[in-house]
Amino acid sequence: MLQAIADIVRLDGAEKHFGAVRALNGVDFHVGAGECVGLVGHNGAGKSTLMHMVAGTLRPDGGQIAVRGNQEASYSVARALELGIRCVFQELSLCPNLSVAENTRINHPSLAGFGWRRRAADLIRAKLDEIFPDHGISADDIAGDLSIGRRQMVEVARAFTLTREPLHLVILDEPTSSLDAHTAGQLLSFVRRFVEKGGSCILISHVLGEVLQNADRIVVMRDGKVVAADAASAFDRDKLVAAMGGAEGHHKAAAEARKSEPGALRVRARAVRQQDDKELVARAGEIIGLTGLAGHGQTDLLLAIFSAASRAKAGIEVTAPVALVAGDRQSDGIFSQWSIAQNIGIRSLARLRSGLLISPQREAELAEFWKQKIGIRTPDMNNNIFSLSGGNQQKALFARALGSDAEIVLMDDPMRGVDIGTKLEVYDLVREEAAKGRTFLWYTTETEELDNCDHVYVFKNGRIVANLRRDELTEEKIIQSSFGDAA
Amino acid sequence: MTAIAPGTVPKSSPRGSAARARMLRGLLPALSLALVLIAIAWLNPRAISYFGFNLMLNLAIPIALATIAQMFVIAGNELDLSIGTFVGFVGCVTATWLRDATLIGIVVLIGSIGVYALLGALIHLRNLPSIVVTLGMSFVWQGLAILVLPKPGGKAPDWLLAIMSFKPPYIPFPILAALLIAAVVHFGLMRTSYGVILRGSGGNAAALRRAGWSLLRTKVALFALTGLFGVLSGMALIGITTSADANIGNGYTLLSIAGVILGGGEFVGGRVSPIGAVLGALTLALAASPLLTFMHIPPDWQVAANGAILIIVLAARVLISRRER
Repeated sequence: MLQAIADIVRLDGAEKHFGAVRALNGVDFHVGAGECVGLVGHNGAGKSTLMHMVAGTLRPDGGQIAVRGNQEASYSVARALELGIRCVFQELSLCPNLSVAENTRINHPSLAGFGWRRRAADLIRAKLDEIFPDHGISADDIAGDLSIGRRQMVEVARAFTLTREPLHLVILDEPTSSLDAHTAGQLLSFVRRFVEKGGSCILISHVLGEVLQNADRIVVMRDGKVVAADAASAFDRDKLVAAMGGAEGHHKAAAEARKSEPGALRVRARAVRQQDDKELVARAGEIIGLTGLAGHGQTDLLLAIFSAASRAKAGIEVTAPVALVAGDRQSDGIFSQWSIAQNIGIRSLARLRSGLLISPQREAELAEFWKQKIGIRTPDMNNNIFSLSGGNQQKALFARALGSDAEIVLMDDPMRGVDIGTKLEVYDLVREEAAKGRTFLWYTTETEELDNCDHVYVFKNGRIVANLRRDELTEEKIIQSSFGDAA
Repeated sequence: MTAIAPGTVPKSSPRGSAARARMLRGLLPALSLALVLIAIAWLNPRAISYFGFNLMLNLAIPIALATIAQMFVIAGNELDLSIGTFVGFVGCVTATWLRDATLIGIVVLIGSIGVYALLGALIHLRNLPSIVVTLGMSFVWQGLAILVLPKPGGKAPDWLLAIMSFKPPYIPFPILAALLIAAVVHFGLMRTSYGVILRGSGGNAAALRRAGWSLLRTKVALFALTGLFGVLSGMALIGITTSADANIGNGYTLLSIAGVILGGGEFVGGRVSPIGAVLGALTLALAASPLLTFMHIPPDWQVAANGAILIIVLAARVLISRRER
């Protein structure tokens, strides 16, 4: 009985079906007080479904849920909030038209009446200062104006703000997917402090290192079931990957030396704020990494290169067609009303034309080819793009770029919230395409991904501050350059 | 290390420019109104007087109220195509029952706000497109208006006539009323804590639901507010024209939509501005006939000229938003 009371939340035999798909198949899961539980598994393993149940946004089709030892018959979001259970969802859930303070108000019914604006602003500012000391976000900023990383910071901070409702358990679903290494570290150390003070946390992340280092206990899910659960110290990276399954055939980024003779010049670009003579140079067949703290001009430079391809721009030279894989896929990548096939074909309309009209047959052929090649998991490419899981949506965006005539592919941190199986598949594909002569410019917030690159430019304050070859690439070096003086 | 604030330099500037562009866009309604006023002053200086404003802005109050009504549904990502005939219906009720059988009149008008609330519930629960529902309702309101008042006539209640012909010292009544409407709605929608929830329902409904708010309630509230301001608009209109006609408000549907958009609102995303909407309505009211009359544009061409003004202002807004990127 003692055990049951020490549990914040406990699910027994939870089940959930979506049509014929069994998303959850009899899952037992619990979180104790003062415990950080890591939850890992591929996209579609049922993690998000399980968390929606804990947060009260989905009702289980079978099984029971108990909070602090009490069975909850009619569990809902409102009830979960009352009991001090909150969730930071993977898809960003701020209202883009509201300010940071107003978004905070939405989660706190008690922030009402005279002076609520000031109280909301103080609340979120204090929490942002506590978690991300150098955040640079004002409570009056409109959420839609913030970069995706800052929106994520606001959302995380908002989940930890405290008013009338208690706070016992916070579910963090991919909380670091849009954060750079520095802010991600700030967040994770805050989570540790929170847990040490007796709070509980569920941490979902595709970055296995984060989970291994920060969770007390790790639960591995596969195909709607829990397949392994043990103290974090009992796992290492390989064991986790093995338990998750599906990625065995791959090995970590191939470090084998590739042909080093330089190809034809594809891109030469200077950042607008660059004061010295450093510039970005990319040749045919190269994979170039862009890194540094998030939002220090990497995306801006990619977008500048993208627009320079169609309209001449000072300081930027582009010699081949360009395609962009967007990072913020919901707002910049996907045509939400369209089918998967249409979403893939949009970059290649010229080739899909017959006469004045788009040939549905050619569009279907292109889509089918990439479905096989990149492994998009869907019964029918004519389904709406939202019928796909997040990782598969991102694959469709890759197919859009790779299926086009573009010789230069710009990638704006495209692997956000994508599971490791999908990532490894895409890495292989990128290397394969590069070997055929395509050029990739790859901005990423995950240092591990840089292992795929031939060399890496580190950005600081909108300028390139370092150019590292693969063999001199280490996390310390990147952080050192990102913080060092931009001489 | 502490001296470095990562991101402040490169990030604050694009955000700053976004804020600047937003401010510019926020000023655009005021600028377009000023332009129209300057044009009028140049064409006919005598119009810029207490009496002139009273005359020119005569119909601006009902237009502003109808625009505010439309703004509430647009804040929730919906559109009301029935507001024009609804204003006409309210006008007919005001000119007949509200004068002759006050109690029935009041009940009917409050009931019609209730109908609006129910429409909001229906649209939310059955996930219907509001354009279809309100298009259908526009015929219902029109039919009801004709039933209430088969041929033009009726008379506004005396108290309403008294209010609408109020002549305050120094400031013309329409301007005073516009200021009052803008201030009240701005406070209610932009400053109160529940106003945030109403706007949030247009910005990201899923996020609101996850935070435990009822989307049914927000939609009903927005539609009821539309009904309320529609009723106020109809009554104000009859207070000015003194008698009614079943078709009296038909033009208000498009005028109100144009007013919201002219005032900086957007069709989706919960981005609306009450002050802008009132300014947009004033601009439209001035551009609609006084300006064009002073320009000696024949009445046949006035509607087209009106449309041209709308296109110019909206094009300016698109240019400003594009510069933001």
